Amino acid sequence: MTQASTEQSGRAVNENRPQRRSIPEGLWLRCASCTKMIYKRHLEASLHVCPECQFHHRISASERVKQLADPGTFQEMFAGLTPCDPLGFKDLKSYKDRLLAEQIKTGSLDAVKAGRLFIKGREAMVACLDLTFMMGSMGSVVGETVTRAVEEATASNLPLIVVSCSGGARMQESGLSLMQMAKTSAALARFDDAGGLFISVLTDPTTGGVTASFAMLGDIILAEPGALVGFAGPRVIQQTIRQELPEGFQRAEFLKKSGIVDRVVPRGQLRSEIARLIDYAGK
Amino acid sequence: MATFYQLDFEKPIVELERQIEAADNRLKAELAAAGATGEESTPINPTIATLQVELAKMRERHAAELTATYSRLTPWDTVRVARHPQRPQSREYISMICRDFAELHGDRRYGDDPAIVSGFARIGPSPGIKVMLIGHQKGKETAEKIACHFGCAHPEGYRKALLKMKLAEKFGVPIVTLVDTPGAYPGLGAEQRGQAEAIAVNMLEMSRLRTPIVSVVIGEGGSGGALGIAVADRVAMMQHSWYSVISPEGCAAILWKEANEQTNQAAARSLKLTAADNLSLGIINEIIPEPVGGAHRDQRGAATNLLGWVLARLNELSRVPMDELLQQRYERFRKMGSYLESHAEPQAN
Ligand SMILES: [Zn+2]
Repeated sequence: MTQASTEQSGRAVNENRPQRRSIPEGLWLRCASCTKMIYKRHLEASLHVCPECQFHHRISASERVKQLADPGTFQEMFAGLTPCDPLGFKDLKSYKDRLLAEQIKTGSLDAVKAGRLFIKGREAMVACLDLTFMMGSMGSVVGETVTRAVEEATASNLPLIVVSCSGGARMQESGLSLMQMAKTSAALARFDDAGGLFISVLTDPTTGGVTASFAMLGDIILAEPGALVGFAGPRVIQQTIRQELPEGFQRAEFLKKSGIVDRVVPRGQLRSEIARLIDYAGK
Repeated sequence: MATFYQLDFEKPIVELERQIEAADNRLKAELAAAGATGEESTPINPTIATLQVELAKMRERHAAELTATYSRLTPWDTVRVARHPQRPQSREYISMICRDFAELHGDRRYGDDPAIVSGFARIGPSPGIKVMLIGHQKGKETAEKIACHFGCAHPEGYRKALLKMKLAEKFGVPIVTLVDTPGAYPGLGAEQRGQAEAIAVNMLEMSRLRTPIVSVVIGEGGSGGALGIAVADRVAMMQHSWYSVISPEGCAAILWKEANEQTNQAAARSLKLTAADNLSLGIINEIIPEPVGGAHRDQRGAATNLLGWVLARLNELSRVPMDELLQQRYERFRKMGSYLESHAEPQAN
């Protein structure tokens, strides 16, 4: 499953939208989708959604938390969890070196940020995956953090929100990464037994072992417009079935049509949508 | 000996097996000839005696060679043994270990995925204990392989498995799953029908099913497609099976940029996918030994060992109170993973 995910996740979301990942620094940015020049402050003010074409640019976990939380309410938890290299994994590069490089690049220890926050006055537990760290892949730290967030939500009787974006299970921790799928799912079973509300938010891209565990287990599943969400990546599917994939395949709107996603929610409405759903289903 | 699919590292062994077969045939012919002329009372027939000694020596060499070869399999060799076409699959194990098997089909929603076989079964000494048996089926002949998508189940397969598991829970029947898949099917329909959701729901539900569950990886334990029927109280691997987050080829293609003999070897080694590796990582509880030379050489021997393990574990689990069983199952997966933890002051932004 990581094959799928990691392969696809490194690619641009749409071949027709060149260079969407390379936003240059400076006052003006070129939208990766419509290629129009946007004033950087405008893009930030619009939550990194292009004001011209509504394209949802990828954002980090810190940015996500900032966007979701009522100002000053986010209390980070489990931040001391640090990845190690239990397998002594080495491909062309060692996992140890990879981790260090990613930690220096991102200033984060791993690909997740979790804690308590308030959303429009409603208290909740949140966990956000971080695409900027090893493609948001799930190893022991991501699995443990999500599990603790679920357990904390269970113990504190809080709604749980997980914002996913991930290339899937992290190959460098192999079987241990795989087991995080079972671990997070088992924790969610208990949360479910306790009557907790879990809102899963799918963002671009969410694939592989993350999709095939907690991301698909929400009581309510929301997705950002255009987000690619799947078990296998498009390239792997194409190689397997040897035919062209239909337009919009595995995009949020397609998933809604397929009955897999409850609502497609533009980023600007995410806070109010979550608050609204908590009022319906939360305790 | 029947025609045998050959793994390159088995070449000397298979060659020896051919020689043994030839010598054995010659011996039989000589014995028949001697018998036909009524000479059985003659003390020594030098041709027959020589052949018998030769044959004994060859058999000894064969046994030694087999033991030696199988004790030095590389992880990639193991993957190839796990995929051996003569290796027993779920349906073969079922026919060898079950006194009765009442197959139950379909997911009641979409269809009947042949990549998952499921049904009530009786196993062990007469009258046999009742279990719900669920396994991946890869297929043996071409038509079956295609129908089964080579053991890659669709969402309807995972939902079929769950439906049968819930049936077992309802009637207090323990569950036995046999894992043998390269991975869940990556296709258009599979995505549309919610492959990821099907696997995720299976894991969630299996973690709280109120009946004992034991799982055995019999061949390939490919990623989420394997785990989708393997959230169990006890998990074992057959000695020459593999279990990992991704296949070595998949891993090689991504991290080594190309899958070839050399990178597959390297990826298989890095992924720690053998039974011994998984045992030391705490992912499985036990390794079920295979007959020398692998389950493909002695299917019955492998089935006997598998059955013995399943019966022993089910017996043990049947004595654990249900709430305790569920707590232990939760903790089994809860503790998995490896990380460090520093206790810094919580940060607020
Ligand atoms: Zn734009």
